[in-house]
Amino acid sequence: MSASSDVGYHAQRKARWHYGEAAFWLIVLACGFVFPTRYLIMTDILRLALFAMSLDLILGYAGIVSLGHAAFFGVGAYAAGLLALHGIINEPVLALVVAGLVAMVLGFATSFLVIRGVDLTRLMVTLGIALLLEALAERFSNITGGTDGLQGIEMQPIFSEIPFDMFGKTGFFYSLAVLFLLFLFARRVVHSPFGLSLRAIKNNPLRAAAIGIPVNRRLIAIYTLAAFYAGIAGALFTQTTAIASLDVFSFERSADLMLVLVIGGTGYLYGGLIGAVLFRMLQELFSTITPQYWQFWIGLVLVVIVLVGRQRLHRWMLYVPNLVIRQIAGRKAVVAVPESDA
Amino acid sequence: MTSILTNLFDGVAYGMLLFVLACGLAVTLGLMNFVNLAHGAFAMAGGYVCMVLVNRMGWPFFAALPLAFVSSAAIGIVLERTLYRHLYARSHLDQVLFTIGLTFMSVAAVDYIQGSSRVFINLPAALQGQFDVFGVGIGRYRLMIIVICGLLTIGLQMVLAKTRFGSRLRAAVDDPRAASGLGINVPQVFAFTFAFGCGLAGLGGALSAEILGLDPYFPLKFMIYFLIVVTVGGSSSITGPFLASLLLGIGDVAGKYYVPKMGPFVIYTMMIVILIWRPNGLFGRTAAR
Repeated sequence: MSASSDVGYHAQRKARWHYGEAAFWLIVLACGFVFPTRYLIMTDILRLALFAMSLDLILGYAGIVSLGHAAFFGVGAYAAGLLALHGIINEPVLALVVAGLVAMVLGFATSFLVIRGVDLTRLMVTLGIALLLEALAERFSNITGGTDGLQGIEMQPIFSEIPFDMFGKTGFFYSLAVLFLLFLFARRVVHSPFGLSLRAIKNNPLRAAAIGIPVNRRLIAIYTLAAFYAGIAGALFTQTTAIASLDVFSFERSADLMLVLVIGGTGYLYGGLIGAVLFRMLQELFSTITPQYWQFWIGLVLVVIVLVGRQRLHRWMLYVPNLVIRQIAGRKAVVAVPESDA
Repeated sequence: MTSILTNLFDGVAYGMLLFVLACGLAVTLGLMNFVNLAHGAFAMAGGYVCMVLVNRMGWPFFAALPLAFVSSAAIGIVLERTLYRHLYARSHLDQVLFTIGLTFMSVAAVDYIQGSSRVFINLPAALQGQFDVFGVGIGRYRLMIIVICGLLTIGLQMVLAKTRFGSRLRAAVDDPRAASGLGINVPQVFAFTFAFGCGLAGLGGALSAEILGLDPYFPLKFMIYFLIVVTVGGSSSITGPFLASLLLGIGDVAGKYYVPKMGPFVIYTMMIVILIWRPNGLFGRTAAR
């Protein structure tokens, strides 16, 4: 595009906070006060958003296609459930972090398998790991409760002060706080030189290696981080719903997650958040029309998205916001089309 | 001793079945490099066509089998011409998303049309029960599967190795550009192969209703098995997937019989280890293309 000094300039400019972003988070926070009857579904969306953000880190930034991201979600969920059930760590925030770390360890261990081979091998290996964990969870039913799942989990108050209420208000704000903190961190990471090197790897691993980026180490690092995020999302799931069952590992969960990210767009972090909202709304819509067969319409959405082309679709979707921004602010649009997709 | 032989026999039948189900995928995924996760949907279509023909319309089982093949192949060629061919050049992610979408649609559609419970195909009396050979229990149905699938495998190998179409296909796969330069109609060859693979899957689906169980979730449940056959078997010939299916079939049957508690654990572990050890499959070519 231009000289190398410009790259740093552009990277810094992109890393700055925009008004739109602040507005986005204010709207999310406002939702917590405007819809007091909808805490459960909103918490669900926040969890999904965090999970999708985790996949975005590896798919959108590093270009690793994973069909088994639910593995880490499930490990986080079971870890949090077991910690609470056996009273090992009663304080939810601490338990959350520990559950995330457990998933992170698994992520680190499996990252060595994932960085080997090409797309297809990665698909198979990630899928295989998730299925393996599901089989394990079913096998060791004395620990995991088998097909019944973990039952009778009672959550202690957060910081021993704020108890979880039955309307899910605490759960919502708790999840929102976690999501926001992790988002800040992810934002910092992807705009750092580390994040930029990931994009370089995604665009061309060979060239990235040639300019001195340690490709494998970077991929291991981001994969491990994404596993941590997914583990936290899983732990949030257990903590806010007080159950953990075998379906946390299911293939459908990983597949739905892909859809979430594809709806929202990859490679700009907000994709997962926006996608989670749209996906849940679509799901609600379809299940009110045809309660049993909503999966058909979800599948149709996927097929149409791919056939139309993801990039084109996002250009259309961002057309109106960009137009508004251009008219009001009188400058170049800030809502950018995400970079070339994986 | 006899239980080992019976298990071996069942495993071979199971493996042969997996091969017929998955060999279409070996072509699309292994040779054309298209990740088709919806392959099981074609098998399911064949199975349900056979079920409707036999149970509802009273066709004889052996007359319904070819029709299962034809209908799946027809669905395959329609989808290939209208949808799939636009995606050959796309990224793997797009292909995965697209075929997952198709799978979800097929699951919900079959659930809507036929209900969500498992279906059985009424078998002719000649295929039921088993007989003993030197004390080894041989299921008639499984014997039939081994015969049919064995003949199919030999036939496929002959077609690939000996006929003009076989050499065209191999040329198209090895280097599509050079092949089309030599006057081979590559898209046509691919479309025909795709349809044939779908037809085989349909036939496999019809045969597998008795052994694997046929319900709307068939494509999701057995997706991983098909993928294992192809990725472990590699894509250099059909011998690789064939041996991989046999290995998988025997391993799965033996695993379920001798270590029932470990469930599918053994197979997934084996798959991951093999993929790590040889990313191009056990019998694949060593150089990545």
